[in-house]
Amino acid sequence: MIYLRLIWTYIKIGLFGFGGGYAMLALIEREIVGPGWITSQMFTDIVAISQMTPGPIGINSATYIGYVAPGEYSAAFASPLWGILGSILCTLSVVLPSFLLVIYTSHLIARHRDSVVVKGIFTGLRPVVIGLIASAALLLMNGENFGYESAQIAWSVALCAAAFVMVYFLKWHPILIICLAGVAGYIIY
Amino acid sequence: MKNIFFRLFLTFFKIGAFTFGGGWAMISIIEKEIVDRNKWLAREEFLDLLAVAQSLPGILAVNISVAVGDKLRGMRGSIVAALGTILPSFLIILTIAIFLTPDLIKTNDAVSRIFMGIRPAVVALIIAPVITSARAAKISWRTVAIPVVVALLIWSKIPFISNPILYIVLGGAGGYIWLSRQNRRMHEAENSENLPS
Repeated sequence: MIYLRLIWTYIKIGLFGFGGGYAMLALIEREIVGPGWITSQMFTDIVAISQMTPGPIGINSATYIGYVAPGEYSAAFASPLWGILGSILCTLSVVLPSFLLVIYTSHLIARHRDSVVVKGIFTGLRPVVIGLIASAALLLMNGENFGYESAQIAWSVALCAAAFVMVYFLKWHPILIICLAGVAGYIIY
Repeated sequence: MKNIFFRLFLTFFKIGAFTFGGGWAMISIIEKEIVDRNKWLAREEFLDLLAVAQSLPGILAVNISVAVGDKLRGMRGSIVAALGTILPSFLIILTIAIFLTPDLIKTNDAVSRIFMGIRPAVVALIIAPVITSARAAKISWRTVAIPVVVALLIWSKIPFISNPILYIVLGGAGGYIWLSRQNRRMHEAENSENLPS
C-alpha cells in the first residue's frame, strides 16, 4: 500500500533528519527517488520550488512528494483527491517524531546537555552532516539533471559554476539565482 | 485578541508564511515574535528551548514551535503552534503541485527549458553549504576524510552501505566514544601531573 509506505518513509526522515534541510536531502533522495517513486529530475525540481517558497524544505518536499507519488505509483490514484490525501499524510508523518521527541525527551536532553554522551554525539555528527550534504550534491549531478549530450552538459556545468559563484562569493539570494538560471535555460535551449 | 491559542497559531502562521529558507532564518524571527513582541517567554527560556530543539532530529522550525507551544499551553499549545508553522508551506506547495504537475514540466516547452536551466543551479546551491559548514565546523586535513568517505559511500548506491541513517548512527556513537576517551586521557594526564616526582 503506497500510503503506508509513504507514512513510514516520512517518519524515518523525521526521526533521522539531523543537520537541517540540506542534510535531510540525502535521506529523502534515498527513500523517495531510490524506490522509483519520483525521478531524480522531479526531485531536483522540488528542491528548486522549495527554495523559492517560504517554509522549511522538509515540509515543502513532504507536501509535494505526497501529492505526486500516489499518481506516479498507480493510475488508480491519479485523482487530485488521492494526491491531497498523500500530501496530508506525508506532512503529518514528517513532523510526528518532532512532537513525540520534543514533548517527551526535552527534559532529559535539557538535563544532560553538558554530558559526555550528548556532547560526544554532536561532535561526531558534525562531520557526518557535511558528508550528507555533499552526497546530496553528488547524487544530483547526473544525466537527468545535467543532460546526456555534450552540448547540454557543457551548458549545465557552466550554469552550475556561475550559480556557485553567485551564492558563495557574491552571496546573492537563492531565489534570485534560481530565477536567473531559469531565464538562462529558456534562452539557451 | 484574547484567546492565546488563536494568537499562538496566528504568530506561527505569519512566521511560516513569510520566512524563506527555513532553519536559522526562521529562528531569529520566532525569537523576535515570542520574546520581544508577545513577551511569552524570557530570552533565556527561549534559548534553552532552542538548545533542546536543535539537538533533536527533525525540522528545526517545527521543533522550536512544538517546544514553545508545549511550554506555554501543553500538548494543545504545541499542536496549534506546529500547525501554524506547517500550514502556509503546505497550502502553497499543494497549490503549486496541483498546477505544476510533473507532466507539465516534461511536456510544456517553455517550462521544461526553464527547469533545464534551474537544475544545475540547484546543485550549486547545495555545494555552497558543504563548504560553508565545513569551514564553520573547523574541518581539518585530519578530519576531512569523514565527510568525504560518507559522501562517496552514500553516492555509491551500494545496498545497505549507502544508507545515510547508517552514518548518522555511526557518527553519533563514534563521537561519544571519541569524546569519552579524550576525557579519560585528560584525567590521566592531570593525575600524573599531580603525582610527586
